[in-house]
Amino acid sequence: MKWTVMPKAKTGIPGLDNITRGGFPLGRTVVVAGTAGSGKTVLAAQFLQGGIELGEPGVFVSCEESPANIRRNVRGFGWDVEAWESTDSWAFVDATRSLDGTTIQMGPYDLAGLLARIEAAVTRMGAARVVIDSLDGLFDQFGEDADLRVELHRLVARLAKLGVTTVITTERDNDYGALSRRGVDEFVTDNLILLRNVLTAEKRRRTLEIVKFRGTSHGTGEFGFSVNGTGITVIPHLDITNDRVLTDERITTGNDALDAMVDGGLFRDSIALVSGAAGTGKTLMTTLFMAAGVRMGERCLLVAFEERREQLYRSARGWGIDFESMEQDGLLKIVAVYPEVSTLEEHLVTIASHVDGFRPTRVAIDSLSALERVGTRGGFSKFIVSLAAFLKHRAVTALLTSTTPTFLGGTSHTESHLSTVTDLIVLLRHSEVGDRLRRGLVVLKMRGSRHDKEIREFTVDSMGMHIGPAFPPSPGLMAEVHQLPADDDEDREPDTG
Amino acid sequence: MVVNLSVPEYLFELYVAGDDLRSRTAINTLTAMCDERLAGRYGLEVIDVLLHPERAESAKILATPTLVRREPAPGVRVIGDLSLTRSVLARLGVPVDDGAPRPRDPRRGS
Repeated sequence: MKWTVMPKAKTGIPGLDNITRGGFPLGRTVVVAGTAGSGKTVLAAQFLQGGIELGEPGVFVSCEESPANIRRNVRGFGWDVEAWESTDSWAFVDATRSLDGTTIQMGPYDLAGLLARIEAAVTRMGAARVVIDSLDGLFDQFGEDADLRVELHRLVARLAKLGVTTVITTERDNDYGALSRRGVDEFVTDNLILLRNVLTAEKRRRTLEIVKFRGTSHGTGEFGFSVNGTGITVIPHLDITNDRVLTDERITTGNDALDAMVDGGLFRDSIALVSGAAGTGKTLMTTLFMAAGVRMGERCLLVAFEERREQLYRSARGWGIDFESMEQDGLLKIVAVYPEVSTLEEHLVTIASHVDGFRPTRVAIDSLSALERVGTRGGFSKFIVSLAAFLKHRAVTALLTSTTPTFLGGTSHTESHLSTVTDLIVLLRHSEVGDRLRRGLVVLKMRGSRHDKEIREFTVDSMGMHIGPAFPPSPGLMAEVHQLPADDDEDREPDTG
Repeated sequence: MVVNLSVPEYLFELYVAGDDLRSRTAINTLTAMCDERLAGRYGLEVIDVLLHPERAESAKILATPTLVRREPAPGVRVIGDLSLTRSVLARLGVPVDDGAPRPRDPRRGS
C-alpha cells in the first residue's frame, strides 16, 4: 500500500520528529492539550525555536503570560528570545488582558483585532510558524460564548491561508478524562497531542500522546519525555530486533580468565550484563572493564548509581587501580548520580548526553537495579529497551550490572527486562558448597560465540578477581541458572555471518 | 464631531475592523451618545485595525469593535457594537436621556 508523504515542519524536539514521522503537518494546526504544568508552553516555544534553527521566523501569541514572563521562563533552556526578537526571528503578539481596567461587553464582537495583529506580524517577518498559548487565556477574557468558537475557526482558517504551521495550547482538567476543558479540540483541528504529568505510586511521569494526526501515520500510545536544561526530549520506543552482532572484533573484559571463558573476550558494540547480589564482585568487574579500556587508550564512561565518586576511587585503589589519575588524564569519566532525583526519562537523557559529549567506546553502568525504584514497572521496561537501543546505536561496548534481590541469587526485574537485549550475561552468585559460602561465576549466554558453560569458583583479593576451576556438580548449585529465560542462540555454535 | 484645540475632557478611540455593519453600528451609536450628552466636550478617533494593525498592536486590541476611553483616566474598555444597552433600554421603553422617551431618529443607527 502506498502512503503519500505529507510535508512536515520539523519540530527540532529530540524524539518528537521520530514519532511524528518528520514533524508537524506543514501549514496545519496542532492542538497541544495538557494539565497545568504538563509542559505545553515549553513545547510550543521549542517548536518556534526549532523553526528559528531552520531559518524560519515565528510568532508567539501569548494569551496568558506576559511576553516578559515568557522570555524569563525559557531563558533556563538557553533560549535568548530577546536576541531573536532583535533579529526579527521571533515576535510576540501580546494577547493578554489589557490593564485598562475591566473590559465590559456591550454587544456582539469578533476577534478581528487579534487576527489583524497576527497577520501583520506573520507578513512583516515572513513567519512560517505561529504559536497561540493558550486558548484558555482568550476564553477567560471573552467568556464562554459561541462567538468565540466561531472566531477560533476563522483564526485557524486564516492561519492555514497564510501557510503557517500553528501550535495552539489548551488546558485540561485531568490527565485522563475529557480531551480538553473547553472542548475546542474536537472541531478546531485535525491534529491533537496530549501532554500528561501523571502521578503513579508516588512517582511522576511525563508523557506525550499523539491522539490524532490527520492524513499521516504516527507513533501511538504514550511516550515518556523529560524537561531538562535544553528543553523537552521525547524518548521514542525503539524496535529491538534480534540483531546479529556485526563485528568480529573482541575486546577484553579486563579479566583474562573470563575472556577465555567467552572464547576471546566481549564483542565490540555488544551489551554485557553482570548480575550478582551485593558483595559478589560486580563493582570489581566494572572496575576491571574500565581500567582495561583506559590502558588501551580508550575513553571509558562509568555511570554509578549506588556509590559516590570517593567510594569508587577507594574501592578501585584497593585493587591497585587509580581511577583518580585516569579521570585527570581524561580517559575515564565517572558520573555518580542519585537515582531518586530524576525520572527514568531524565536519567536516560543524562546518560545519552554524557555518551554524546564524552564519546566513550566503553560504558559501564553500576547498577541498573538502583533505578528500578525510580519508575513504574512499565516505565522501567521502556527505559531498559531505549537505553540498550541507544547504546547499540552509538556503537559502544557496554557493561551493565544488576543487583539480585536475595543473597543467594534469584532473578531481578532488571534481568527479566534485559535478558533479550543483552548479548552476554554473567551471573555472580554466592553458593553454599559443602560447609562454606563460596562464590560462583557462570556465563549464562553469549550471543554469537562459544562459551564456557561451567560454573566456576572465583575469589577476590587485592590483586583482583581470580577465576578458578569449575565446581563439582552439585544439586541446587545456582539452580536458577536453568530458570532464566532461554535464549535461542545459547547452545548453537557461532555462525560466520 | 468638533473639538477645540485643547485636550477634550473625554477622549475616545474606537477600533473597528473594516467598514461593515458592526463597525458602522458602533460608530453611529457612539457618535449619537456623545453628541447628546457630551457635545463639545469629547474627541473621537476611529481606527480601522485592518488598515492600521500597528495601532491595534500598540493598544493591545483583540476584539472589534473595542472602545477605549483614554480621558478621563483611568482607561476603560468596552467591546461590542455598543448596541446592547440602547436596544435593551429601547425595548423596555426607558428614556435614553434625562427627559421623556425620545422618538427614534431615522437618520441615526440604533
